[in-house]
Amino acid sequence: MGLTNDSTGIKAVDSGLIIKKMSPDDKVIAVAGNPNVGKSTVFNNLTGLNQHTGNWPGKTVTNAQGYCHYGGSTYVLVDIPGTYSLMAHSAEEEVARNFICFGEPDAVIVVCDATCLERNFNLVLQTLEITEKVVVCVNLMDEAKKKNIKIDFNALSDKLGVPVIGTTARKKKSLDNLMQGVEQLLSEPKEKAPYKIEYHQPIEDAIAIVEAAIKQRAIKINSRWLSLKLLAYDKTLMTALNEYLGYDLLEDEEIKQALMQAHGLIRANGISKEALYDNIVSCVVRTAEHICSDTVHFEKINYNARDRKIDKILTNKITGFPIMFALLLGIFWLTITGANYPSALLSDGLFWLQDRISDAFLYCGAPKWLHGMLVLGVFRVLAWVVSVMLPPMAIFFPLFTLLEDLGYLPRVAFNLDKYFKKCCACGKQALTMCMGFGCNAAGIIGCRIIDSPRERLIAIITNNFVPCNGRFPTLIAILTMFFVGAAAGPFSSVLSAFLLTCIIILGIFMTFLISKILSKTILKGVASSFTLELPPYRKPQVGRVIVRSIFDRTLFVLGRAVVVAAPAGLIIWLMANISIGSMTLLAHCSGFLDPFAKLLGMDGVILLAFILGFPANEIVVPIIIMAYMAAGSIIELDSLWDLKQLLVDNGWTWITAISTMLFSLMHWPCSTTCLTIKKETQSLKWTAISFLVPTAVGIIVCFAFSNIARLFV
Amino acid sequence: MHKISSLKDLTRGQTATVKSLLSTGSIRRRLQDIGLIEGTQVECLQKSPAGDPVAYLIRGAVIALRSEDSSNVLINRIGV
Repeated sequence: MGLTNDSTGIKAVDSGLIIKKMSPDDKVIAVAGNPNVGKSTVFNNLTGLNQHTGNWPGKTVTNAQGYCHYGGSTYVLVDIPGTYSLMAHSAEEEVARNFICFGEPDAVIVVCDATCLERNFNLVLQTLEITEKVVVCVNLMDEAKKKNIKIDFNALSDKLGVPVIGTTARKKKSLDNLMQGVEQLLSEPKEKAPYKIEYHQPIEDAIAIVEAAIKQRAIKINSRWLSLKLLAYDKTLMTALNEYLGYDLLEDEEIKQALMQAHGLIRANGISKEALYDNIVSCVVRTAEHICSDTVHFEKINYNARDRKIDKILTNKITGFPIMFALLLGIFWLTITGANYPSALLSDGLFWLQDRISDAFLYCGAPKWLHGMLVLGVFRVLAWVVSVMLPPMAIFFPLFTLLEDLGYLPRVAFNLDKYFKKCCACGKQALTMCMGFGCNAAGIIGCRIIDSPRERLIAIITNNFVPCNGRFPTLIAILTMFFVGAAAGPFSSVLSAFLLTCIIILGIFMTFLISKILSKTILKGVASSFTLELPPYRKPQVGRVIVRSIFDRTLFVLGRAVVVAAPAGLIIWLMANISIGSMTLLAHCSGFLDPFAKLLGMDGVILLAFILGFPANEIVVPIIIMAYMAAGSIIELDSLWDLKQLLVDNGWTWITAISTMLFSLMHWPCSTTCLTIKKETQSLKWTAISFLVPTAVGIIVCFAFSNIARLFV
Repeated sequence: MHKISSLKDLTRGQTATVKSLLSTGSIRRRLQDIGLIEGTQVECLQKSPAGDPVAYLIRGAVIALRSEDSSNVLINRIGV
């Protein structure tokens, strides 16, 4: 199996970023940092943009840019992906390094985690090697304070020779100092040379030889850094460098000579190629250690004891999995229970509105077909989508975001990793699955956090097995109608939540199964190594989370659904009202699909609804309802029970209900997801496979289930 | 002479310093990036429910490693 960069989407990571300045005087500032240090929060609060943030590494997956006005100047801020290093071992690091190196930013803000400064300084030092224009932003000072970590900023700034500023990015005010630092850095001549990492003597000598040759070329890049990189040959850098310079530096005779001489010198000192790299890395790490040793003071030895205690409970052998299950159940229960009432209210309101609009149409003497198309077609589907989707989403998204902000999701990955390893996949796939609960397209983009191309593809192909928010309402509605009694009282919602959790667990099980099968067939390979950071738990900002998740996620997803549902409503109405021969178009289509659908335990209308629901899964149930209603028995749907009656009248049994839910869980990804897969993998083949795999699985499972179930009826 | 031990052999609460990395390629680099070099102090914090991966405290950050990788990190124990 040829897994080239082309086929697996390494190239898909945005690297060719075009900076949009408002005026030529604008300064371009790159915002870099380790993963999960609050980089996006710094960026958001400075620019007023809303990059989504969450307490887990790898949240920022694209380069975003925004504007920040400070002290009469405009700055273009570029949020680059979080990285531990600029040595470019992954696609993200490549993007980060290329931007700092070739994007010619006027300055780089390196955001650091105050509670883990030593590790973060690795990146600071590497950035300082490339450019002097660095402002170090020591973020999360509030957490450091709680943990009694004292940082001597003056001493740090003195040592590094660049501004070092403490911030708490959640509080916008603390960022003023940061921008002041940036302004200072850009306007005042530098008093001190920035810190220079000193390598072992033979390496320093070798650098000097190469640097002498490079200095004769008019290259804008820091010559010392470039010499070092040429010595420890870095392939991806060379590719980017050649592109930047327009010629191959290694073809230059003089540089070639210098490099040979330098390598000779290093070899003569008994340093092998691999050892050279180790030597360089260790020097950087030791320097960071040295700088922090007398500027950062931990006054409390067990400063993270509380996190360890929580971890002990959440990732414990006995309690780890039950808590995961309980949290999932709890979220669904709150979603289902909380959504019931507002859903009913919204639906009443919107259908009342429909009647008024109908009156208005009648009053104006509008033709019947126009009323049918716009009101019975477009409006009715829209009303359904809004009333069914909005309340659960408005509850589910904030709850989920709270868990995310708290830092629970990396623990899920930690708990489940062993099972992913058994399937030859990556534990971080658990994180992308979690994102898939919100939206599969988002989950697919999130797969960029997985370094191995093979494992990333597995995560992409199987992401659709976790139901997104567009499919939850379908599942919940069917569950409630068919499996939870009308009069069961408070237990009914617990039961729905429980059944929904079971469906989700089935989805997770299928993810493992298919991942394993893929690893043994078309994506052969063994699990690769990975490191997973478990960030400190952070107290979520509840108010902010609610506002943000409603505006950023809920309304976004709803908006998309509405845009898709309106034309779908129109099409359905037309299909139900245009007749060919004695039957409507809808009847022709569903009749055509019926024999096959029956094999899967469904009927033609349901399958047709899934097909027409390709643009957005949310509209599957509305299409089914419209199709049945158009087919005859026109009733007013006042409640879910009327709806159940409608379904039962059209031949639904519990087998139909389960088959439909299974198919909803396992069928093709929606069009947005497909487009995202295409964009991420840069390959039609993998898009097609991502489309076919869940579809085939769904067909097999539904076929097996319905035929076995019929034996027992 | 006691047996050469690796990070994998550490149990919860034990601390050690890194002697050398046996891993190669990208994981070696990744481990170096997070500060795991000769002499780095590492504490074993917590096993996951299934026993693997295990979380370690490395330079102030909590990092989970799979057993394949931790067995490639040779260590000197502190305070046996």
